[in-house]
Amino acid sequence: MAIDRAQVRHVARLARLALSPEEEERFAAQLGHVLEYIERLQAVDVSGVEPLGFAGDAAARAPLREDEPRPGLAREQALAQAPRQDGQAFVVPRIIE
Amino acid sequence: MTADLLPLSRLSSALLSREVSPEALLEASLARIRALDGKLHAFLRLSEEEARAAARASGQRHARGQALGPLDGVPVALKDIFCTAGVETTAGSKILRGYVPPYDATVVRKLKEAGGVIVGKLNMDEFAMGSSTENSAFGPTMNPWDLSRTPGGSSGGSAAAVAARMVPGAFGTDTGGSIRQPAALVGCAGLKPTYGRVSRFGVIAFASSLDQVGPFAQDVRGVALLLSAVAGYDENDQTSSTRPVPDYAAALDQGVRGLRIGVPREYFGEGLSPEVEKAVRTGIEKLRGQGCEVKEISLPNSPHAIATYYIVATAEASSNLARYDGVRYGHRARAGQLLEMYERTRAEGFGAEVKRRIMLGTYALSAGYYDAYYLRAQKVRTLIRRDFERAFESVDAVLSPTSPTTAFRLGEKMDDPLAMYLSDVYTVPANLAGLPGISVPCGFDPGGLPIGLQLIGKPFDEETLLRLARAAEPAEHPLPPLLQGRAP
Repeated sequence: MAIDRAQVRHVARLARLALSPEEEERFAAQLGHVLEYIERLQAVDVSGVEPLGFAGDAAARAPLREDEPRPGLAREQALAQAPRQDGQAFVVPRIIE
Repeated sequence: MTADLLPLSRLSSALLSREVSPEALLEASLARIRALDGKLHAFLRLSEEEARAAARASGQRHARGQALGPLDGVPVALKDIFCTAGVETTAGSKILRGYVPPYDATVVRKLKEAGGVIVGKLNMDEFAMGSSTENSAFGPTMNPWDLSRTPGGSSGGSAAAVAARMVPGAFGTDTGGSIRQPAALVGCAGLKPTYGRVSRFGVIAFASSLDQVGPFAQDVRGVALLLSAVAGYDENDQTSSTRPVPDYAAALDQGVRGLRIGVPREYFGEGLSPEVEKAVRTGIEKLRGQGCEVKEISLPNSPHAIATYYIVATAEASSNLARYDGVRYGHRARAGQLLEMYERTRAEGFGAEVKRRIMLGTYALSAGYYDAYYLRAQKVRTLIRRDFERAFESVDAVLSPTSPTTAFRLGEKMDDPLAMYLSDVYTVPANLAGLPGISVPCGFDPGGLPIGLQLIGKPFDEETLLRLARAAEPAEHPLPPLLQGRAP
């Protein structure tokens, strides 16, 4: 299945990825190649088949824990790895004037 | 043979009988890493100081006769996907360079509580996306059996470190074969437990419905000891099972007489190298010789597994990796506006394969395509799981090759993503179905490269799987050429 550069640009925007023109071209070709392979699933008869959402242990799944507040990361710890912060919050480029 | 070349379970016995000290073992491990890692690049970083402190504490416990168990004093290394408090964790990505987690993954905490000595963090494909470790932002890992070849991936650093006897045990993660395929390509044992058997808390997420943590060791008994230490319910991972954890090593010597093995015909078709097939068939005869019943079975939906996997895994990855936005941690690009900051941060921080998969996953989830791709793939996944359920009505485990070929050359598949994806053709179905799988060595090709066979078991029946793997594994674990005749 072919995928053109406009589609690549659209998906890159959804994924918050800035692509170079060279990347757009390469990904269009490579994704097209992979999608072509994936097309084979369209031939599988899945009528009446439920999707498998959870592949785990349905029989011994833990109950949800009590909805009680617990301490989380301290603010200082949570901010420690941020590229920019002011001791109170994460700092990002201005969003509104 | 120096003590540190012994497989993990025998080292464990030597520690408990005090023939060898944790400090001496650690120094031997560090010496071998220093001697070989310039050639292999299995490690991204060492945590020598922490390891020495842990080894000293372990030595004191052994001296008092208060060892914590079979792993007390055993050097272990971790794929760089496990969060380690105070120790940089990158998942092989530039976007996380310099990231120091505030807490330990549950697996790391449990290992420390068992007395394991964590020596460092191991190389991997970026965010575990790859089958050769070539997608690491920090350069590839080499195969100890042939330095021009890949050790496989994504846990290539873990496999190479164990094969080169840098550490007796290591941990990795397996989303589509990332433990079993590298174990096969370097000639060691590697287990992907049942989905839900081991907590993923603190493990950097790739595809949450598939990701599972598991151990590598030279010997199956070593794998069993490592699994027992980390398995079990964790309230921080809602998918972890509350089933009790058996003593996996205790089950190993029961033998395999009467166990029924299914050999799926779909796993022995086009694309399988004749040398690999020959070695796997020899492994089958070895098990038959020990009293297993062997029968041919069919898993008819197997041919759909790779396509299904590359929709489900990329869709989940595109969602999981949305968190890398340059705000709370990791790399941030210079930009005047927020949207531009996100887009450039991710453009600069992610490598080509990660971008490709985010793109594919975003496409598969985007408006108008969800039903055709993601929903359909989840339905095919049900069919793949049903194939196994039907097979397990008449067999106790499924046996196949782990990888269609032996280790391929570095660079060989880098320009052809689909060819790389197809190297996981035999391992992906167990992830899609949530089943446990193990790879054990079963021979060498004429060029001297290791070959592995895979056993896939019923959910939470790691005990049977390990018994079979124990019966299939070689009596001796040969050293790669890199180590022959030289014990630094």
